[in-house]
Order: sequence, then structure tokens, then C-alpha cells
Amino acid sequence: MLNIILYIASIISFIIGLFFLAVATIGLLRLPDIYNRLHATTKCDTLGAGLVLLSLALQSELAVAIRLALLIIFIVITNPTAAHVIARAAYRTGITPLIGRSESDG
Amino acid sequence: MIYEQILDYLYTIGAILVMLMIFFSMIRALAGPTAPDRVVAINIITTYTLIIITLIARIYEQVYFLDIAMVYALMGFITTIGVAKYLEKGALD
Repeated sequence: MLNIILYIASIISFIIGLFFLAVATIGLLRLPDIYNRLHATTKCDTLGAGLVLLSLALQSELAVAIRLALLIIFIVITNPTAAHVIARAAYRTGITPLIGRSESDG
Repeated sequence: MIYEQILDYLYTIGAILVMLMIFFSMIRALAGPTAPDRVVAINIITTYTLIIITLIARIYEQVYFLDIAMVYALMGFITTIGVAKYLEKGALD
């Protein structure tokens, strides 16, 4: 019984994670500005990767689950840090945010 | 068991879908108008590759691929930090 619940939770978590990864890719392709793209990709990518790895960890034994949990913690720490560094680099190299200018200005 | 078979098929299909997402992110990495756009695309491709490595570790039941995934995550993070620092300062010091 517990096994079946874990398998179903794993399937649901995997599908939701794939959805968020697809949202991150669509945001990376469609949004107009570097800051908008960072906004889309960082959060959706972190959540999607975490859900996919959680789906793998739910139905594996303890040693594998610990490694996957370490990977999840690592992703949750490093992905926002990388996004912060990229946004700071973009701002300091003179790319202005998309406030007060239209999308067609580039 | 039926759920295990469903998960096997689902992980294979998911790995192929993540590969397609890498392809579409590569379009942004090639066409991005500024350099930080390319860095964002490379960062997201790193995360996707990590997911593919863990899915392959599950499909082929090789536990040691997870260690490779960990090293890959570290290297991707250091690459992103290094390139962003280089863009910001013009040098790596």
C-alpha cells in the first residue's frame, strides 16, 4: 500500500516538474529582456529540477535518496546565487531594465 | 508491477523531452542579443543536463552516475560564476 502511494506521488511529482521545466524554456525563448528571462528561468528551473529529483528519490533506497537530496539542496542554493551574479553583471555592464521603454526598442 | 513500468516509460519520455528543451535553450544561447542572455541559457542547459544524467542513472540503474551529476553541478556553477565575473570586471582576479 505504501509502495503504491509512493509510486503515484512519484509520477505526479515528475509530471509537475516537467511542466515547470517547459515553462522555464518557454520563458527563456519568449520574454523580451534579460531580467525577465532571469525571472522566468531561475524560479521555474529550480522548482522543476527539485520536483524531478524528488520524484526519483521517492522510490529509491536510502543511499541513493541521500545523494539526490544533496543534489536538491545544492541546486536550491546555487541556482539563485548564479542568477543574482548574472543580473548584477548585466546591470553593471549597462543593460537597462525594460521600464519605461517599449519592447520594440530591444 | 504496473506502476514501475509506467515510471520506466515516463522517465524515458521525460529524458527525451528535456533533450528537446536543451535544443530550444540552445537557440537562445546562439541568438541572444547580449552576453548575459547567453550566460542564462548556458546556466539552464547545465541544469537540464544534470536532470538527464540523473534520469539515465535511474533508467540504466547505475548509482555512480549520481556522483558524476554532482561534479557536473559544481562545474556548471563555477563556470557561470566565472563568466559572469569576467563580464562584470573584464578580468578574472
